[in-house]
Order: sequence, then C-alpha cells, then structure tokens
Amino acid sequence: MQNARILTLGLAALFVAGCATTQLEEPKPAPVTEKAAPPPAPAPAPAPVTRAEPAPQPIDPLNDPKSPLAKREVFFDFDKFDIKPEYAGLVEAHGRYLASRKDRRVVIEGNADERGSREYNLALGQKRADAVRSRLQILGASAAQIETISYGEERPRCQQHNEDCWWQNRRADIVYK
Amino acid sequence: MFRPTRRIARSLAFAVALLVAGAAAAQLRVEITGVGSNQFPIAIAKFQRDGQAPQEVDAIIRANLQRSGLFRLIDTGSAALPENATVAHAEWKSRGADALVVGSIARLADGRFDIRYRLYDTVKQVQLDGLSYVSTANDLRLNAHRISDRIYEKLTGDRGVFATRIAYVVQLGRNQYELQVADADGGNAQPALRSREPIISPAWSFDGTRLAYVSFETGKPVVYVHTLATGERRAVANFRGSNSAPAWSPDGKTLAVVLTRDGISQIYSIGVDGGNLRRLTNSGAIDTEPTFSPDGRYIYFTSDRGGGPQIYRMSPTGTDVQRVTFNGDYNVSPRVSPDGRQIAYVGRRDGRFQVHVMELATGQELAVTDTVMDESPSFAPNGRLLLYATEVNGRGILASASTDGRVRTRLSGPSGDVREPTWGPFTK
Repeated sequence: MQNARILTLGLAALFVAGCATTQLEEPKPAPVTEKAAPPPAPAPAPAPVTRAEPAPQPIDPLNDPKSPLAKREVFFDFDKFDIKPEYAGLVEAHGRYLASRKDRRVVIEGNADERGSREYNLALGQKRADAVRSRLQILGASAAQIETISYGEERPRCQQHNEDCWWQNRRADIVYK
Repeated sequence: MFRPTRRIARSLAFAVALLVAGAAAAQLRVEITGVGSNQFPIAIAKFQRDGQAPQEVDAIIRANLQRSGLFRLIDTGSAALPENATVAHAEWKSRGADALVVGSIARLADGRFDIRYRLYDTVKQVQLDGLSYVSTANDLRLNAHRISDRIYEKLTGDRGVFATRIAYVVQLGRNQYELQVADADGGNAQPALRSREPIISPAWSFDGTRLAYVSFETGKPVVYVHTLATGERRAVANFRGSNSAPAWSPDGKTLAVVLTRDGISQIYSIGVDGGNLRRLTNSGAIDTEPTFSPDGRYIYFTSDRGGGPQIYRMSPTGTDVQRVTFNGDYNVSPRVSPDGRQIAYVGRRDGRFQVHVMELATGQELAVTDTVMDESPSFAPNGRLLLYATEVNGRGILASASTDGRVRTRLSGPSGDVREPTWGPFTK
C-alpha cells in the first residue's frame, strides 16, 4: 500500500492538472464457504409391501421447457412500464409458482433501450422491475421472495442502434436464484 | 431482503496503475460542422522558435480559436514573425486580418520555456495585450490555452474556456470502461478510473477538484466521490437498491442523489461524507437527474409525475415544486446556465432526441444541435457552449454546440464509445 501511495503522488506530480488513475481490480471470487453436510436422514421406513413401484418424483415445473415458467422475459413499449396483456399470463404463472414455492427466490432485472438519458433509463428499468414485482405479489408471492434491480441501458442484450434491437432491450427478466 | 448482486465484488481492492502510455492514443479528434454568423478575421503568425519545444503553442491557439466558431483564420505564410518586430498594421488589414497575434518560444537554460505573445488590433493599430510566461514543458499546452483565453476575451468580451477541463466516460470494450479527464479541446486526456463495469453520471464539484459519479463495480449503482489530484475515492451513497445521479451543491458540502432505498427513484440530499441523509421528493413517480442552479436557489430535476418525463424545479429542501418544460412528451437531463437564465436539456420531438436551450424568463426553446441521439448536455463555464454526447454512424461521440445553435463541433476518439461528458468549472 505504501508503494501504491508513492506511485499515486508521483503520478499526480507528472500530470498538468494533477490527475491520478485508479484502476479497479478484477473482482476476486469470494471464498467459497463449504456448507456442512446435511445431517444424515433418518433411516427410511420400510416401504409398504403392498406398493409394487416407487412413487413417481414430482417434476419441478421450473425445469420443464414446456411449462409457461420457461418464459421469463417481459417486454415493454418505449418509456412505458405497464405489463402488456400478452405478458400477463407469463407473469401470472410465475406469481402462482412463487406463491406455491415459498423457498424460491427471484431477482427481477429491469432494462431500457439506449434512447434518452442513462439516469432516466436507470429509473425506468427500476419501474419496470417493480411493476413485475407488484404483479407477482398480487398473485401471492411474498416480498421476501423478490428482489428488483435496474441495469438501465447499461447491459443491452442487443447492440445495434435500431428498433430491431431496442425492443429486445426494453425488458424485465425474471431470474431464479 | 437478500441481495442479488455479486457479493464477491464487495471484496474489491483498489490499485493504482501507471497509465501515461496510451494517453496520447486516446486523444479526441475535432471536426467543425457549423460556425458563427460573424466570424472575426484574425491572423496568428507562426511563433518564433529558439530551441525545440514539445508543443506547438501557436498551432494549439489557432485550433482553439477556430473551434470556437467565432474566428476566421487568415493565412500568415510559413515564416515566423518575431514577437518584438514592428507590425505593419495596414498590410495585415489589407490581407483581411482585423487582429494579429505574434509570439515566440525560447528554451531557457533550466529546461523551461519562455513564451511571449502580443495581440494587435490592426484597425486601430494598437496593441491589445502582451504577456510572457515561463512554462515547464508539461505546462506548455495549458499556457497555450491561457493565451487563447486572453485573445478570446479581448476580442469577444467573454471569458474563454480553453484552459478548462472536461470529464467523460469511454467504453473501450464489453467490460472496459474509463472515466477520463481532458483539456476542453479533448487533448491531454488522462484516465481517472478504469473499471470492468459501467460508470455513468460524472459531475464536477464547483471548485473542479473532485468528481462524483456512479460506478457499477459492485454489481449495482453506487455513488462515489473521487479527488482527482490523489486518486482517492470513497462510496458516499451505497444504500439498498440503486444509488445514482449525483449533483453537487455550490458550496461543495452536500450532494443531491437518487435512491431507490424506499421504493421508486426519489431525490435525497446527503453530506459529501455520507452523513445527513434527507429525502427531498415524495412523489410516487420517477424523480431523477437533480442539478443545482449555480446560485444554489433551485434544484432542477426530471420527473414523470405528469405521465412522461419533464423538467421541474424545487427549492434545495424540496419545497415549492414547479414544472418548467411543457413542449413535447419527453424532456430529460436538465442543466442550468452559469448565469441562471437558461436551461439546457434533451427533448424528444418527432422521434429525434436533441439538446434544447430554454430562456427561463420567456419559456422560449431552441434545438441547438444537428444530431438526433443527443444525451447529457452541460454548459461551458462561460455559458456560450454546450458539450453533449450523441451518436454518429453507430458510435458514441462528444459534440459541442453554441447556445444559439450556430457553432457546432464534434470530438471523436480513435475507438470506443464516448459518453456522459461534463464540462468542468473555470480554474485559477
């Protein structure tokens, strides 16, 4: 750290208007905390003899590509944050699922297209994410299950400067954790 | 409430790196696309040279005056004119020059340089200004800007802004962002911060020593204050949710910021040390992009409380809210002129996003640019020019326009998207 400080001051002296550069390091992965192995389950009771086959395991519909839950993107009109009718069913499916699975957590990530101001778009992305959240809550998801975040126009999925791209970037993603 | 964002980033350590190399390659290139209606004809003779100087002082002065759009350069030929020679006023007048600049640069024994310059009015046949500077090699560029400022002020009556600085963000690659500080002409660009995550909304303190900005380095927007001379930086607003849109109070003691800690984006004030948080708006709609008027009487901001984004203003404590813009359905990013009489903002009209200037007394507005994807206008400290970001041929560039819309220039870097410019204050 001592060396870094000297370097900073030396650098400041070099520059006409005294301007040192700060370089952010690549994020280091956090140390992984190994979770303690779950306590051994109690020995299963002997299966009833009358049962010939094992009970079928219920499939989590979240992992079913044919489930409405497989769709997790809500698209918006320019400068709008209302959920359009064509996405109501999708949001409803996630709301009902979250209501039935209180152990599930989601992050709603709001995004905006590049037009207009970055700060307004950051706020708009938040409003889009919040609109999805309140719809999920109406359907029975609890506040503790849902976090929202906005990336504004900072993380465009599509990089071209036209409507073919813009509509894809006016989006809220439902991301399961 | 659990946190979605990358916890790992919280363990970020900060390091300082030497970045002198590469700075020259980041230089912005200037292109003039519009000029003033009455250009002042001026001849700037080649400076007499004694010993090699690392900067062409006379070339920098010529480029500055030309870029202002208010001057027309008269050809002076390739011969240097001694700074102390007798001036043939009538001859220069007949060549079309109403003013003449002569000068010299001499290398001193200690390695510094003696710069001398004189400005003549060839019509009245008098000397308007004359000065000598002793300059280090590093300060030659700054002194060329100072001479340009003197010429500009003598001939236009307005204070020049050539010796001021600008800050902006460059995205060089998918995960490569730089906050840079450069001379007003885009020269001498120096990175102040490099990050793998977006940086937005840089804002100069009124004394020009610090920048506040928003960095996503921890995975979400957090407001930092950064002291330029030392590189020292600290997170000032890092609450739950999003922290953004910092604006300095004129006394440099508080920031207006936008937080979502209580729900939707609202404006708060916070001490520069991170204390004294106070909520200023309570609208239930988006309130963002606060900016103080230089006299400290108002905070102008963007709000969609009327259905779409418009410019409003309020007292610094959040009272007496008034709507300011009424034309069009999308007006964002307000800035107040140094004299407090005008605001600049981005207005959307017929699908075009353009910087507009409004006279506050009359409500009269004018689109001042010839580009259609404008963002982030900011006034030069003399109030004559606006610096803004726009897009040309699919690339983010910086551009400037005079507040009357006549003078227009573009500054583009060799690579990357340039954005979020903000013009710094006058320096001593």
